[in-house]
Amino acid sequence: MKFFDDIQIGDRRDLGKHTFSAEEIKRFARSYDPQPFHMDEEAARHSHFGALCASGWHSTAACMRLIVDYHKRLAAEMIARGERPAKIGPSPGFKNLKWLKPIYAGDSVVFASEVIETRASASRPQWGIVHMRTTGTNQKGERVYEIENIAFIERRSA
Amino acid sequence: MPATPRLYFEDFTVGWSMTHGPRTITRQEIIAFASEYDPQPMHLDEEAAKKTLLGGLSASGWHTCAIMMRLIYDGLLVNAASMGAPSVDEVKWLKPVRPGDDLSVRLTVIGKREPKSRPDMGFVQCRCEVLNQHGEVVLDSNYPGMFAKRKREAAE
Repeated sequence: MKFFDDIQIGDRRDLGKHTFSAEEIKRFARSYDPQPFHMDEEAARHSHFGALCASGWHSTAACMRLIVDYHKRLAAEMIARGERPAKIGPSPGFKNLKWLKPIYAGDSVVFASEVIETRASASRPQWGIVHMRTTGTNQKGERVYEIENIAFIERRSA
Repeated sequence: MPATPRLYFEDFTVGWSMTHGPRTITRQEIIAFASEYDPQPMHLDEEAAKKTLLGGLSASGWHTCAIMMRLIYDGLLVNAASMGAPSVDEVKWLKPVRPGDDLSVRLTVIGKREPKSRPDMGFVQCRCEVLNQHGEVVLDSNYPGMFAKRKREAAE
C-alpha cells in the first residue's frame, strides 16, 4: 500500500474481475445466506429476482478478495523497487453499501475504487483515514455494486 | 421466501427487538473463509496475527457480516416474506472476533417505509448488533430489509 501522505482524493485503482459461478453462489449461500433465490435455480425463477443470484454478502467478500490481491501486488512492486509498503490498519467499517442490481450466475463483475476523502486520525497520529468508493460493473456495463470502504493507512511522517 | 411465510411487512412493529443465535465461530472456519475471501495474516495465521494491531487471530469483518446474515436467516427470514435488502447504511467493526467466540445477533426494528411505487412491499429498517459471549457488541449495523405485504383479497 502507498503511504497516507502519497494518497490523493480522486486516485483510482482497478481491482480486477470476479466471475460468479452458480456453484460458488450456492456454496456461499449454503453457509451464510440460504434464501431460495441464492440456492436453487428453479426457486429463483419464481422469485422477484427471476434467476439464481449471488448473496449480497458474497459480492462484498469477492470484492474484498480483489482488494487484498491488489494490495499484495502493489506491495510486491514497492519491495521490488526497494521501498517499504505502508501498513494498513484494521478497517473500522463501511458505509453506503448498495446492491444496485442482482449479480446473476455467470455474471462477471469488474471492481474499481476511487479515493473520496482523506484525513489524519486525531487519536492515532501515525495513521491516516482514507475513504474509498468501490464500484462493481457487470459485463453489460451496468453498475451493480457500490460501497464506501474506510481504511486506516500508515503515515510516512509518523 | 418460504412456501408459507408467517411474517409479512405488516407484522413488524417499530421497537421490536429479538436476539438470534448463538453460533460458535471456529478457528477452522475463520481460516477457511479468509483463505478464500480475505487472505490477510491476521485472519490466517496465529503467529503472524500476533504481530498485527489485532494482536491475534481474528475473523475477517466480512465473515462476521456473513455470520450475521446466517443468524438473521435462521432466526427470522426463514419464516418471513423476505425479498432481500437493497443496501446497508453502515457497518462498524467495533471489536475483533476470535476463534471460539459465541456470536449472536440483536435485531431491533427502528423504522418502516412504504414506497408509493411498490404497493406490494415495504422496507423494515433494522439495527443489527452482533454480540459475543461477554455481551460486547463486536459489530453494529443498520440496513433496510424488504418484506412483502400480505396479499389483499381485493388485489387478487
